[in-house]
Amino acid sequence: MGLPMVLLTRKIEFSASHFYHNPNLSAEENSLIFGKCNNPHGHGHNYTLEVTVAGEPDPVTGMVLDLKELKEILEREVMKRMDHRHLNYEVPELAGQIPTCENIARVIWQLLEPRITKGKLHRIRLYESPDLFADCYRNGANAAGMN
Amino acid sequence: MNTEAPQVELGRRYRFAASHRLHSPHLSEEENYRVFGKCNNPYGHGHNYVLEVSFSGKIDPATGMIANVADLDAFVERHVLEEFDHRSLNEDVAVFREKVPTTENLCIEIFHRLRHFPHAKLERVRIQETANNSFEFAGNREENHS
Repeated sequence: MGLPMVLLTRKIEFSASHFYHNPNLSAEENSLIFGKCNNPHGHGHNYTLEVTVAGEPDPVTGMVLDLKELKEILEREVMKRMDHRHLNYEVPELAGQIPTCENIARVIWQLLEPRITKGKLHRIRLYESPDLFADCYRNGANAAGMN
Repeated sequence: MNTEAPQVELGRRYRFAASHRLHSPHLSEEENYRVFGKCNNPYGHGHNYVLEVSFSGKIDPATGMIANVADLDAFVERHVLEEFDHRSLNEDVAVFREKVPTTENLCIEIFHRLRHFPHAKLERVRIQETANNSFEFAGNREENHS
């Protein structure tokens, strides 16, 4: 039997602006689908990101990974790219995509996943507001299991 | 970015206030009181419930969405909130004339109502009864494979 698998979660907050508009649709269709999120000058949110890493605590340090290291990864990959930015114009990874909670979460997963080398990225949850969020899991796993 | 795409779920929270009384017709008065304690008080009591739902599906490249939140809100309003909010669960929701309206049973009932949402797959329902109690239901195994 291996060491016990533990989940650790770190939370960060960033503020950014965005709007939803698909240039392949008419103005009426855009307004119908996206409602007030289609307002052309955009609006903003305080996003909250929870990042959960799964792993076995190192027998010497007792840590899955050093939280300082995770904090630096989040600073570099997420805060520098997205905090106080306009997601439609200033984040190249989102170019050509509607910056919905689902798409932002997916981009953040893909930025973080290769950077987490101690333990494995297990879940990220991105809140756009306290009542709306998106979760990402490794494909094939979900909340119920850690496989 | 050549890392494998993750599974993405859309999550949404709703709030409703309702009253209930935990009482089983299969138990005596004494047994009801012993099992349910103050939750068995005859005129019931209420909670501010927080309902959290998660749906999976493909992100539509045209909209960036698994499902349009406006459609989801309308569906949850029609199939759950209209009937549950500011109501007595025991008196106003037919299924709880037969079943004890515990939050476990509430999760199961709401799961069965929301799994018919046509635009995405319901993964799980979580209900916070109070800040200290929450319950989750992710469907029966056979339902997950249907």
